[in-house]
Amino acid sequence: MIKRHFDRRSFLKGTAAGLVGLSASGLLTRSAFAADITVGILYVGPRDDFGWNQAHAVAAAALKEVPGVTVVEEENVPETVSVSQSMESMINLDGASLIFATSFGYYKPFVLEMAAKYPDVQFRHAAPLWTDADPKNAGSYFGYLDQAHYVDGIAAGLSTTTNKLGFVAAKPIGTVLRNINSFTLGVKKVNPAATVQVIFTGEWSMPVREAEAANALIDAGCDVLTCHVDGPKVVIETAEGRGIKTCGHNASQAPLAPKGFITGAEYKWSTIYKDYAAKVGAGEALPNFIGGGFDKDFVQSTAYGAGATEAAIAAADTARAEVTAGKPIFVGPISKQDGSALVAAGATLDNYDPALDQTDYLIEGVVAR
Amino acid sequence: MGDDAGFTTVLFAMIAGAIRVSTPFLFVSLGECLTEKSGRINLGLEGTLVFGAMSAYAISYQTGSPWLGVVVAGIAGMMFGAIHGFICKLPKVNDIAVGIAMMLFGTGLAFFFGKAYIQPAAPRLPSISLGWWSDDPQVRQALDVNPLFLVGIVLAIVLWWGFRNTRLGLIVRTTGDSAPAALALGVNVNVVRFLATAVGGFFAGVGGAFLSLYYPGSWTEGLSSGQGLMAVALVIFARWNPLACFGAALLFGAAGALGPALQSIGISRGYHFFNAAPYLMTLAIMILSISPKRSLKGAPGELSITK
Repeated sequence: MIKRHFDRRSFLKGTAAGLVGLSASGLLTRSAFAADITVGILYVGPRDDFGWNQAHAVAAAALKEVPGVTVVEEENVPETVSVSQSMESMINLDGASLIFATSFGYYKPFVLEMAAKYPDVQFRHAAPLWTDADPKNAGSYFGYLDQAHYVDGIAAGLSTTTNKLGFVAAKPIGTVLRNINSFTLGVKKVNPAATVQVIFTGEWSMPVREAEAANALIDAGCDVLTCHVDGPKVVIETAEGRGIKTCGHNASQAPLAPKGFITGAEYKWSTIYKDYAAKVGAGEALPNFIGGGFDKDFVQSTAYGAGATEAAIAAADTARAEVTAGKPIFVGPISKQDGSALVAAGATLDNYDPALDQTDYLIEGVVAR
Repeated sequence: MGDDAGFTTVLFAMIAGAIRVSTPFLFVSLGECLTEKSGRINLGLEGTLVFGAMSAYAISYQTGSPWLGVVVAGIAGMMFGAIHGFICKLPKVNDIAVGIAMMLFGTGLAFFFGKAYIQPAAPRLPSISLGWWSDDPQVRQALDVNPLFLVGIVLAIVLWWGFRNTRLGLIVRTTGDSAPAALALGVNVNVVRFLATAVGGFFAGVGGAFLSLYYPGSWTEGLSSGQGLMAVALVIFARWNPLACFGAALLFGAAGALGPALQSIGISRGYHFFNAAPYLMTLAIMILSISPKRSLKGAPGELSITK
């Protein structure tokens, strides 16, 4: 039996479709965009942690300035099923059509599941994880921060007097090891006698142990410290308290160290966020995978602090210009810690060489056994 | 670097770490010791510690006086202790369950009010330099102690002496060992336990102030990482003896310094294991000290875990 329905639900659907059509044809547009869009952003920690989450939040704030863009944010979303719940509420209640999932563990399975469930919503995740097998409305964006750590290393190598530099690292995973290696290459380039000593804390955020690690490095004779942990506040403040110099990580820590801050490696997510929002608003397709460093304006160096000498500033500026122009960081000969060759003498590795995404080693010049 | 030099470095770092890290353990364990001596368990001290850290940092930032922050953290801790004490004196209330609820309440409330204080830098507590006699900058650095550390030592001694030699100490111990005996002596058991829990909360709050205002010296949500809970286990290890609490706090501080210290001399293999030393130690202590065949030596008889 076929019965013709004319209920409220289908009426609303039809009207909504008509309105969408009208707005798409330009009759109802109010902004520079073809359509207003709502962007949802999820953070794993607090937005103002002086680190990873803050770097994203700064970009989110820049995105809010763009006319026609509404930003909804949620902090402290653990890497559990709450990721899905938070995304669904952003999509269904706030009408988000673009979701930025900013923590590593959000991708599998949460972003993948949600992307399959909501094919009209675009999902982008901040780590190089997307592959061709994944949904086409999902994707990855990533900034190659090791380029900025290399520039830090150049400035730091010219700032040490003990020829010992310290690196407080969270976990020995690819991106962290790569940052340590690039920092070390920068140091070695300007100061071949120097070594970089690493302490792993084992957690992304563990303030007491980070402070202990910083103190242990300083007691071991290091006079320049940098780090790769989620919130570098404790490391930078501890080093400043003991009167040694620091390089930052993730976001600007310059205000925390008025005396000893040299420079820092910062993300510049706003470049990506603004570009994506504009593309979605204009109805263009988003790329599934983008990554870049200084050349694409995805990373930047923190403005020099009081700890930067003129020689360090000059050398760091030169190095940044060279990397931006595509000059490789990994110039042979470079050996791994076990003595095997990574790059032969005379050879180089491109800054975006896929092999570097698989970094599971530390290079010679790093002290850690 | 020879093995001897490496060994010395690690030993030195552990001693320095013990002095740096032990204070929150000390304050929380003294607070818990007092509460448990009166016959009640307060597992909520982890939440009190975190809330104390947040409130101290906030007050120090707003008023510019870190010492005022310490006092406010203590008072906030006392309020938490008082709430716990009040709820637990109602009939048929399980103090362990209430403690867990208070722990979640304290951390949740601290995260809620603490949002605005993650970013700003508050004035920190000063340190006292006790290393003037040494020319070695490392020794001097290690002996830059916070006044709260010294206050903690004095407090441990006062509690130890007080439990043995004062009428007040006797009342608390009697209440903790046998409520009927205390009643027979004309002691109001509920009031004694309420006060002991509130004062214990005060100590834990002060311990939190040390975390956010001295070492590591800033307010973040991951600040405590279970130190309040470890301190509760530490009281059992210390057999409810305030002086032993001090020793145990030093030991836990040293255990926390072990992982980074070993890596600083280049031993990073198995750092997960060494970093977990304080937690492993807690576990080992619990296993070694608990036996179904005998009750714990020195345990207050009224504690709900021993009854």
